[in-house]
Amino acid sequence: MHVKKLLVANRGEIAVRIIRAAEELGIKTVQAFSDADSNSLAVQMADEAVRIGPATASRSYLDVEALLKAAAETGADAVHPGYGFLAENAEFADAVGKAGLLFIGPQSETIRSMGDKATARRIANDAGVPTVPGSDGVLADPDEAQSIAAEVGFPVMVKAAGGGGGRGIRIARDAGELPVIASEAAMEARTAFGSGALYLEKVIEGARHVEVQILGDGTDVVHCFERECSLQRRRQKLWEEAPSEALDDSVRYELCRSAVALAMAVNYRGAGTIEYLHDEKNGEFYFIEMNTRIQVEHPVTEVVTGVDLIAEMISICSGQPLSLKQDDIHIRGHAIEVRINAEDPASQFLPNPGIVEKLQLPDGPGVRFDHMLFQGCEIPPYYDSLLGKLIVSANTRGKAIERLKRAVRELRIDGLKTTAPLFLALADSEPVRSGRIHTDWLESWLESNAHSLCKGTGTAS
Amino acid sequence: MIEKTDKSGGHEVRARLPGIFYRKPAPDQPNFKNPGDAVSVGDVLGLIEVMKTFHQVVAERGGVMGDFQVDNEAPIRAGQSLAIIQDQ
Repeated sequence: MHVKKLLVANRGEIAVRIIRAAEELGIKTVQAFSDADSNSLAVQMADEAVRIGPATASRSYLDVEALLKAAAETGADAVHPGYGFLAENAEFADAVGKAGLLFIGPQSETIRSMGDKATARRIANDAGVPTVPGSDGVLADPDEAQSIAAEVGFPVMVKAAGGGGGRGIRIARDAGELPVIASEAAMEARTAFGSGALYLEKVIEGARHVEVQILGDGTDVVHCFERECSLQRRRQKLWEEAPSEALDDSVRYELCRSAVALAMAVNYRGAGTIEYLHDEKNGEFYFIEMNTRIQVEHPVTEVVTGVDLIAEMISICSGQPLSLKQDDIHIRGHAIEVRINAEDPASQFLPNPGIVEKLQLPDGPGVRFDHMLFQGCEIPPYYDSLLGKLIVSANTRGKAIERLKRAVRELRIDGLKTTAPLFLALADSEPVRSGRIHTDWLESWLESNAHSLCKGTGTAS
Repeated sequence: MIEKTDKSGGHEVRARLPGIFYRKPAPDQPNFKNPGDAVSVGDVLGLIEVMKTFHQVVAERGGVMGDFQVDNEAPIRAGQSLAIIQDQ
């Protein structure tokens, strides 16, 4: 089927991104909005906009009935869920299908099996994709946790099968700690995810986070190479790059091949990301989870490969075959994305909702800014703090870092405190410049460099 | 949280941050406080969710819990009155 009118069931910068892709495909757009977003950039840009409820997300962006009603009232024939909210909710995908609408994402069974992190791990194992040493699926009992931990070696992570995205994870340093950690984790998992099912993984210390972008049409799968997202705070990514500095060509080939094998094993349809930990010490990589949606950091892949992931996603999910063959996809240059969040890096990243008083956007060669801002716009406190993503590219990583500094300096958002000064400081720090970073690096750097952020300039070591 | 004395002799608990106000720690758990409950300094009265982070609303004086001015899960502005604490 050919999509004629697309309901955007999300908000913020990703809603703007989806509207742009739809417009280029000749598809009309309907922006769903809560009371807090009635004047948002996405609402202004879409062909139509429809109110779905009050500010509280559970009664608007998470309200399946309200979204389906909005689609029916406006005659939309497809729904794009963006990321977050209902993007990886299998019941929502089912409800959209039952209402006779097209869901721009994978089949609900794929969302369900990849959403259960223990099942996903088993599917990866069966597809020959290396997983972090640990339990084969869900732990049967505490004794099994103890024997597997002894086998793979401490420290180990006890993870909720219903978790993901960094949530529902506890670390046990030794055998003495494990029983208490495991029973606490089970209790937390029951409360937070409705199931106490746990699995266990060895902690790979000093690992880097690398992930592979894939596209599948239900029959064929291609990869668009990897992104590296090792700069994280509280397991939230702040700076992402493509390609990864840590991989040589043979590891890159194996990593991307394994991602395609996993996606093929579930007849994947749509855009997806397979996340791995990479251990630089031995060159090994290990599957951690698969995200069955478009990701925040997708633009770095778009910039280095030239593939429009959102457009491709819409076309695949409406039944078209992939428009690309693997041989058509190449990496050119280097791209870096930083997340401009309404958070104050000088005071423990305290959220900073408010009104954008003056706005000056960065521009010039190799700069892209995906955002939700305009002068006078109000950033509501009810949703996540992401204002925009500043993406820069150049033919080398070193030049991309210099370009990033230039673009961050050009960006001016008066009235809000943002994470922008953090990136100037990071761009000047030696470990970032030389690429010697891992997933725990940023938090320890922040502890010793908080003072440099207070001045808002990059004078850190 | 900021507290002010209102006309009836109670003390207003005001929101320091804008966001969503919660009266309970999780949807399936009881309210932190109900009208009539004793309140001591430092007791948690509610949570404010701001950009997906949670901040406690803590009593700065003791007394008896009065009425809540906003519903559970209601959007609130910074400075808005959330509840009243009556003198013992």
